[in-house]
Amino acid sequence: MKVTVFVSPKNTVLDPQGAAVEHAMKSLGHESVEGVRVGKTITFEMEGSDSQESREKLDKLCDGLLSNPVIEDFRYEIEEG
Amino acid sequence: MRVAILQFPGSNCDWDSEYAVKDVLGISAHRVWHKDKLPSETEAVIVPGGFSFGDYLRCGAIARFSPIMQNLKEFAEKGGQVLGICNGFQILCESGLLPGALIRNDCLDFRCLNQNLLVENSNDRFNQTTLGKSLLLPIAHGEGNYRADESVLSSLEANDQILLRYSGNPNGSMNDIAGIRNFTGNVYGMMPHPERAVGSHHPCLDGLPLLKAFLKPVLQTRPAEISS
Repeated sequence: MKVTVFVSPKNTVLDPQGAAVEHAMKSLGHESVEGVRVGKTITFEMEGSDSQESREKLDKLCDGLLSNPVIEDFRYEIEEG
Repeated sequence: MRVAILQFPGSNCDWDSEYAVKDVLGISAHRVWHKDKLPSETEAVIVPGGFSFGDYLRCGAIARFSPIMQNLKEFAEKGGQVLGICNGFQILCESGLLPGALIRNDCLDFRCLNQNLLVENSNDRFNQTTLGKSLLLPIAHGEGNYRADESVLSSLEANDQILLRYSGNPNGSMNDIAGIRNFTGNVYGMMPHPERAVGSHHPCLDGLPLLKAFLKPVLQTRPAEISS
């Protein structure tokens, strides 16, 4: 299965990159843009299928290595096949 | 060997730390590779600055899982003295030995300058009597912006766990925090580089009292082999 992990800064945590990108978007005339946050995506292949066991493994992997719970949130998508 | 200086791939202040502790303060110190064990005679550990594992993913995120980190956790739990400097501070936060996290500087620039710092009265070693009211120390980081949730921040303040604050905040750190300690008072972390302020070839010498304060328990059991 193919896994895509999305890591984003927590809403309560300042995101200097997001603020800079928002500023750039506004200066290009996109005045209506609000709340830009810059995160990252991590993709990988993993043996197995979408199951409770896989999801427990993924939660463990995401919560510590791939994201830091103090400052970041994560979610992931699983593509079978 | 009394002071262990951890060495990860990408550490670059390991030699400076060894020089400061061994050659300047006269305390036996060695670099210890991250895949090796912490020697049993270790009395204090410095987690030095640099870019461990290229700062990939997040600063300190990969170093945190190095084999020696389990050793370091056990050492700290037994009351061992630990100091994380810059990337070392980031590693200690990632590993949960210190609370909070360090994110990108609010200015988005890498800040490299001699920084004025205000000393807090934290404990019997780190206070304005032992260190003076302010210190000048080099900083050099892109991710030194200290973040913690409100409850962590208020407990740090209430328990005097803040060691140093920036005078003129260079990175957006909450409450101007430049350095903290754990509740017990044996794990320390700071963004400024005391090991780069110990000799006449350095821009300032304020690293000496700071390192001496950290190494006080080591110096008390047996004084330095050479005087500084």
